[in-house]
Amino acid sequence: MSRGSLVAALAEIVGPRHVRTAAAERVTYARDGLPTHRRVPGVVVLPGTRDEVVAVVRLLAALGVPFVPRGAGTGLSGGALADRDAVLLVLTRLNRILAIDPRNRIAWVEPGVVNARLSEAAAPFGLQYAPDPSSQTACTLGGNVAENAGGPHCLKYGVTANHVLALEVVLADGRVVPLGSPGGEPWGPDLVGLFVGSEGNFGVATRIAVRLVPRPRAVRTLLAAFGSLRAAGEAVSAIIASGIVPAALEMMDQSCIRAVEDSVYAAGYPRDAAAVLLVELDGNHDAAVAAEAAAVAELVRGHGAREVRTAADERERERLWLGRKKAFGAMGRLSRDLVVQDAVVPRSALPAVLETIAGIAARYAITVSNVFHAGDGNLHPNISFDGREPGLRARVEAASAEIMAACIAAGGTITGEHGVGLDKLRYMPLIFDGDSLAAMRAARRVWDPGERVNPGKVIPVHACREWAATRRAGAEAVAR
Amino acid sequence: MSLVERVRALLGSDAVEGPAGPDGVPRVAPDSPDAVAVLLGTAREEGWRVRIEGAATWMPPDAPADLALTTRRLDRIAAVEPQDLSATAEAGIACDALRQQLADHGAWLALDAPGSAARTLGSVVATATAGPLRQGFGPVRDHLLGVTFVTGDGRLVQSGGRVVKNVAGYDLTKLEAGGFGAFGVIVLVHLRLRALPRADQTLVLEGSREELTSVAEEVAAAGIQPAALELMSPALAGRERWALAVRLTGSGALVTAEEAGLRAATGGRFTALAAAEAHGLWARAAESFAARPVTFRIGGLPESSDELLDLLQHQVGDEWISASPAIGAIRWGGETTVDRLRRLRRTLAGLEVPLTLERAPWPVRSQVGHFGAYREGVGPLVAGLRRTFDPGEAFVVAVEGAE
Repeated sequence: MSRGSLVAALAEIVGPRHVRTAAAERVTYARDGLPTHRRVPGVVVLPGTRDEVVAVVRLLAALGVPFVPRGAGTGLSGGALADRDAVLLVLTRLNRILAIDPRNRIAWVEPGVVNARLSEAAAPFGLQYAPDPSSQTACTLGGNVAENAGGPHCLKYGVTANHVLALEVVLADGRVVPLGSPGGEPWGPDLVGLFVGSEGNFGVATRIAVRLVPRPRAVRTLLAAFGSLRAAGEAVSAIIASGIVPAALEMMDQSCIRAVEDSVYAAGYPRDAAAVLLVELDGNHDAAVAAEAAAVAELVRGHGAREVRTAADERERERLWLGRKKAFGAMGRLSRDLVVQDAVVPRSALPAVLETIAGIAARYAITVSNVFHAGDGNLHPNISFDGREPGLRARVEAASAEIMAACIAAGGTITGEHGVGLDKLRYMPLIFDGDSLAAMRAARRVWDPGERVNPGKVIPVHACREWAATRRAGAEAVAR
Repeated sequence: MSLVERVRALLGSDAVEGPAGPDGVPRVAPDSPDAVAVLLGTAREEGWRVRIEGAATWMPPDAPADLALTTRRLDRIAAVEPQDLSATAEAGIACDALRQQLADHGAWLALDAPGSAARTLGSVVATATAGPLRQGFGPVRDHLLGVTFVTGDGRLVQSGGRVVKNVAGYDLTKLEAGGFGAFGVIVLVHLRLRALPRADQTLVLEGSREELTSVAEEVAAAGIQPAALELMSPALAGRERWALAVRLTGSGALVTAEEAGLRAATGGRFTALAAAEAHGLWARAAESFAARPVTFRIGGLPESSDELLDLLQHQVGDEWISASPAIGAIRWGGETTVDRLRRLRRTLAGLEVPLTLERAPWPVRSQVGHFGAYREGVGPLVAGLRRTFDPGEAFVVAVEGAE
């Protein structure tokens, strides 16, 4: 089938307005939130209903055309980019909250619902949707499911995977399959758990049931300023080891603090601090939360915090959080280009790894700003640079690779919440051997035998060991 | 060469344990993940059928097989990192031994699986049997950072890692947790821990079942967030009447405030238990399930808990029940028949409620299956995953049953 016939067939399903073919339209989908990858899709289609999604996927299956599901395009791994030979399936029109069931604390949504909108809709019932990625005012729940998105408050409440109960998914061949049950007990193996975080490779979620949690009645937000990153990192470990589970425990280094303070999101962070911690405690009882906040304040002071400030009211709390959540945006001011990185290390390794990252930045003469979910050990070292400067892009790439290697050497991993997408493909063989990568690829082929959904992402196919072969290597060694 | 001779040649003579069990199936105990891989690679070549065992205190070791692969020599704790609240342990470690070692480091695995304290970690993970703490700390999968498993054709596969947040690659850990060994033998588990709670208080209220489910609803509606909120049948609780047990854990300030909140919300009717008494109650409830021949769990919506308990009472009796009504999870233990289980599963399916058979003698589980029939479209996915991770059908697991 020619491209023209494909476009006509898609238009018949979704209406001509919702098929984008002009270069000027397609180029707006050439990137996601990460500026380092660019792919212009061949055709962009925006179905408006679940039935239209099914019809589009069936058409593409019949024609053998690859496609890439996409939400708001706020991802940070190049995961929602489609090549010229692929169709980009944009799900933002499926944006209905189908039901909120306050008694059972469940919501059913379509994949295009914006994350923050769900919590707004649940608020009148005293409920919220806990996972809160920094992009929550724009990112969609379908994208959150695909990436297993996190966010600052996931320290206490868990990531997306801990909140998805059931899904309706459309497989690569257009079959519609219900997974899981709203009570959370799977029908058979935990296919919901397997699907969440599969980065679009297993199919398209068209309906999502998520768990809602009670909104906390008491909240305390503390800001602690430190003279060194090491001291701040050690304070994080002390808080976690104390048994208190903060709702969020975030850290920013000096470069990040200054970027925020120089921006419209200025939050009143002390500009001369080497690091600030934002610690939020929440719960049902004001007295208990106040007692825990006092204990945290004492702990951070004992670990060298030179200033501890508690948000006096909701306005100040929101201001402190706005600075943190918009830190990526603020860093955009530092220079023309920004690489937002994502890696995880064991919490206790934070101080050493931060020093290693500072050393890498100095060696490559680049600016690295750190803003991260310290309680989870989830780092976001962000590199600001001007890609027009000769040789700089290569230095940024090399420094990124060294940062990843340092995190892996510390016992960590290459992504905590942004996903592998295109960006981290090259690092996958550093943490998984050929058999493990092959096992993942084989699992994917159960859902999508032709590997047509979001092709070329997550698994570096060249690094997979042959799956069909029988293995006997090592038998003699073990016998000895 | 006989199977036993072949295994001894491969893994060393001490890998085959003493005389075969009552059913004559030789029991092989590899002492490393690599040895498990070698054994299963050979099983694939030879066409041996393998049943997986832990300490054999939960699932009866009675599946017909050419050999029993026991994880009991995989009992090392590779690492406990109290600063990171993570640990890595081999699958054959006994839960009580693990708990003790973690406690020595001030760390806690917030999982209180049913069964004997000597159950292996691998058994708890493979069957996804969470206990009353599922109310506050979620299902088994929420405690896993990663697993290493061996496929039916002897491949060692790692998934996840040992950090608390990780989205690198597909999450095969979810397939292994609750997969009943159909997709591989779990050999190594990376665990997410909590700090040992500074305060841990259990309170109990006795009453009629209906009365207590409505109290449980009040507790949840009051915003109290207990570690456990468990409704227990009289036999299970060892009491005259049904019991609602509330477990509060955390900092001293939090537990004090929650206890005050609980009393305010329920008219002060709960009785606080001393630590030893509380331990006895929870241990008795957990161990009781191992003494019944059949255990299953169902997962409904919180609002349907009462209706589901009525249904159980009517169809299979309600002598041994432990339920978390605020999250809709119910565990049942007792004696029953294949026909009754099938009928119950059909009734529940009509209510959109899944029933997972957790343990039963082979003649029952082979017919009923851990999962039974799947919903439309799921069967081919499960079959495909089984072919992928056990291409020679080496593992003897009653996944679907014979219905």
